[in-house]
Formats: sequence, C-alpha cells, structure tokens
Amino acid sequence: MEAYYKSKRTSDRIKTSLSYGVLTIIAVIFIFPFIWMLSTAFKIPSEAYTLPPKIIPNTFTWDNFVQGWQYADFTRYTWNTLIVTVLATLGTVLSASFVAYGFARFKSRYSGVLFTVVLATMMLPSQVTLVPTYLLFTKLGWLDTLKPLILPSFFGGGAFNIFLLRQFFKTIPKDLDEAAYIDGANAFQIYYKILMPAIKPALITVGLMSVTFHWNDYMSPLIYLNSDQNFTLAIGLQFFQNSFGSSQIQMLMAVSLITVIPVLVLFFIGQKYFVQGITMTGIKG
Amino acid sequence: MKARINGIDKREEKRFFLFISPWLLGFLIFTLYPMVFSIILVFTNMDMTGSGQFVGFANIIRAFTEDPLFYRSLLNTLYFVLVSVPVSLLAAFLIALLLNQKLKGVGFFRTSFYIPYITSGVAVTLLWGWIFNAQFGLVNYFLSLFGITGPNWLSDTRWAMPAIIIMGIWTIGNSIIITLAGLQDIPEALYESAEIDGASSFVKITRITLPLVTPTLYFNLVMGIIGGFQIFMQPYILTEGGPSYSTYTYMMHIYNSGFKYNEMGYASTLAWLLFVVIMIITQIVNRTSRHWVYYDN
Repeated sequence: MEAYYKSKRTSDRIKTSLSYGVLTIIAVIFIFPFIWMLSTAFKIPSEAYTLPPKIIPNTFTWDNFVQGWQYADFTRYTWNTLIVTVLATLGTVLSASFVAYGFARFKSRYSGVLFTVVLATMMLPSQVTLVPTYLLFTKLGWLDTLKPLILPSFFGGGAFNIFLLRQFFKTIPKDLDEAAYIDGANAFQIYYKILMPAIKPALITVGLMSVTFHWNDYMSPLIYLNSDQNFTLAIGLQFFQNSFGSSQIQMLMAVSLITVIPVLVLFFIGQKYFVQGITMTGIKG
Repeated sequence: MKARINGIDKREEKRFFLFISPWLLGFLIFTLYPMVFSIILVFTNMDMTGSGQFVGFANIIRAFTEDPLFYRSLLNTLYFVLVSVPVSLLAAFLIALLLNQKLKGVGFFRTSFYIPYITSGVAVTLLWGWIFNAQFGLVNYFLSLFGITGPNWLSDTRWAMPAIIIMGIWTIGNSIIITLAGLQDIPEALYESAEIDGASSFVKITRITLPLVTPTLYFNLVMGIIGGFQIFMQPYILTEGGPSYSTYTYMMHIYNSGFKYNEMGYASTLAWLLFVVIMIITQIVNRTSRHWVYYDN
C-alpha cells in the first residue's frame, strides 16, 4: 500500500511538471507576439529589419512613437474612439440593466414571447440588417458622424447583455423589492437604489466587455465614417498602414502598441470581473 | 376579486412595457424594420441613395449563376470555418484541461491566454502581418531554425488563408475560459469514486470529463460557426482578399457589393443567403448534437 502511494506521488509530480512545461510553452506562444510588438516599436529602422531578430534592440529609440503619432492625427482618432467607447458603454450598461430589470421582475402575457425574441436576435447575423440600417442612418443624416456608433447602444444594449443581467437580477430575492415597496419606493427607485448596487460586479463585467468591443470595433467605423477628422483608431491605424505598408514597421508597431495599451491596462484592473462575467453567463448547458 | 387581480396585472404589465421599452424600440428600429426592409431589398436593385426598381428573383439568380465570387467567397469562408472551428475547439479543450488542475499560478496562464482575445483589433491584426512577413517575420525565422524555408505567407495563394486561420486560433481565449467554467462544474466526487475503482487519467478524461463537458463544447461549436462565417477584418486588413481571391471571404463580398459597388439590393441578397447557410449548418449540428451532447437532467 505504501509503495502504491509513493509511486502515485511520483507520477503526480511528473504530471504536474509536465503540465507546467506545456502551459509555459503555450503561454509563450500567446504572449510572444506582444513582446515582439514592444521590441519592434523601440527599434531604429535598420535594426527592425535584421536577421536573426533581436528581442532587445541595441539602440533604443522613442522616435517611432513621436513620429508615428504625428504622421496622422492620432490624437484626434483617440479622442473620437474615447467618445464612442465611453458613451456607447454608458448606453449599454444603463439600457441593458433597465431592460433586464423589466424582464426579471415584471410579468406580462407577453414576457415569455418577448424574451424568446431577445434570445432569437442573438442568432441573427448582423449582415442581414447591415444595409437597411446604413440606409436609415444615411436618411437621418448621421453618415460620417459618431452617432451611428453610439446611439444604438442606448436601445437595449444588446441581447446578450440583457440576458446576462437578467440572470443576475434573478439571483436577488424579490423580498428585497417588496420591503422597499412597503416603504413607499417606486419601481424606478428600486431599480437604481437597490438592484443596481446589488449587481455591481455584473455591471462592471458588461461595461468592460462593451469597452473592449467598442475600442476594437472596425466594421461600423469603416462603414459609417469617411472623413479623417471623424476617424476612430481602428480606421486611423488602417489608414496609416495603407500609406506605409510594411516599410515603416517600427512606426506601425509603436502606434499599434499605444492603441493596445488602454485595453491591456483595463483588463488587468478588471480581470476578476472579466472571468467572472464569462463563467456566470449560464451557458454551461 | 378577479377585477382587482386583473387591475394589478395591468399595472404590472404597464411597468413591464415601460422598462423593456428601450429594447422594444431598438428591436423595432434596428432589427425588425431592417429585416423586413432587407427582404424587400432582395427583390430590388436599390443603391445607396435608396432608388431602384423591383427586379424579381434576378439577384438570387445572379448569385447562383452569374457570380463566380459568390462561390469563391463561400468556399473560402467554409475552408476557414472547417479548419479553424474544430482546431480551436480541440485546442481550447486541451488547454482548459491543463488549467483545470490544482496548479499554482493558474491565474497567470489564464491571463496570458485571454489577452489575445480582448486585444484582437486592427492593431493586433497589423502585428500579425509583421509576424507573417516573409523575410523578417517571426514565423519564418522560427522555421529557418529548423532548416525550413517558410512561404511568402500572405502573398502566397496556398498559405494566405492558413495564416489567417493561425491568427484566429491564437484568439481562442474566450473559448478556453468558457470550457474551463464547464470543467469546473463537474462534481469532484465523480473523479474520486473513479479513482477508488482504479481508473486511469485517460479513462477519467474520456468517461467523465468529456461527456460532462459536451454542452460547453456544443456552445463553443455553434458560436464558433456563427462567428467564423462572419470573418472580415483580418483578411480585409492583411490581404484585402488576395492574392487572387484566396482569402476573399463571404463577408467581404457582402461589404464590397454594398459599399464599394453600391449595390444594396445584391448585398442584402448575399446577406440572406449567408443567413440560410448558417441556419442549415447550425441545424445539422443541432440534429447531431442529440447523439453526442450529454445532458444531466
């Protein structure tokens, strides 16, 4: 019996070190591209195009950041992206929670059917509504403005977010609402004074996911924006690449790096919520 | 008494509609109306200004008989989906399996795998363009260490799509986390009793882990298929669909038809055909799922 446990312990130890080994190799594969980006961003042109590639450049330079940033109006693009991201996220969090509260707390003859409709819209590929939505925004005179990227978020905040927040609202006992009703609170006060604070982690999750989505979004800005002054970073970067190709890779990487950093910082701050949000979406079957 | 109940019901119903009204409005304006409009568009040759005539089935006939790019882009997209979805699914499962052990520093690994997913925008796509650079890119340098001369990835018709697939697999962080959540739902007691019966690790994985995690795998599969068919940004930025249309995806065909050639009617037709294709494929997956997705209850 003792021999059995001893051999088991040894095999466990081998298994553990093997797991660490494999995980480390995979982690390097996942992280290395970013290190490569970082390294290229600080290189002088002659060193960016040398073989074998050097991870730590011989000559460090900040020029790529300065020149790259000045080449196009990146400050403007950042500002536009920030406006879109902040306002669209605000719209998403507010309206998704508002609607989710309605679905979680109030019964109606239609609530079942309508919630099924919410879920069904998740299956519909966005392409199907793309052209008419574009024509609609054109008619409203919203083309080449940031409005099409922001305003739709205020109308429900996306089916997935409604679904997610409804699940969270349902975990909070209804007695809490009823006690507040007796104290004279109305439905709206219960929503923002009692339930919103109670599901704060979920709201942060939805907020973070919305930020990364809008910050990285490419399709909508590509369709709706035409003039340089309205570009977001996604379009600005592509514009930058089109004018340089890969001939100024060190500048391209420097500018790209700057645009990735805000998302990375945000991720590290809100890491706990990111993972929590995904694991608590109730998609586990 | 009944009237009062009805009265309360009516009040509750009013509140229900008040709170869901943002979504309801949004649904009517941004989903239902565009859907109906887009069905009408299928039968017209409307352009961006909104003018055009009724053309009957001409758009559909054109897609099937006069548009080689329809088939080309559909096949390219199918190629992407058929390779990237199963590989991503398997990789995510294996990585999640490794992460599901009681190891120190799991948080670090989880973070590393998740970062590519949350940063996957234009910047990271451009980074991959550099990584696949034929002369100075990392991939070919790495291959050269083994004496292999790497291809001209993004400008080689045979290798451009595989490059985009590789890049896609790199962003599986979300599937890993979802699979991991599925794995952590499996009761520990099942493994303990299997261990008492002397089951090996392999048996535990194939008899306990795999069956119990199938609902999660199924979810990842369906989401992967739906997402895969909509691949656009990566090939559009890296190759613009080239070389010789080898990475020209279906979504790119929709975009070009509508926004480059100003044929909104035809673009809508292509969009609906894609919808039909996705529906057929997810239905097939759904049918087969009965045989391999295990539901506890």
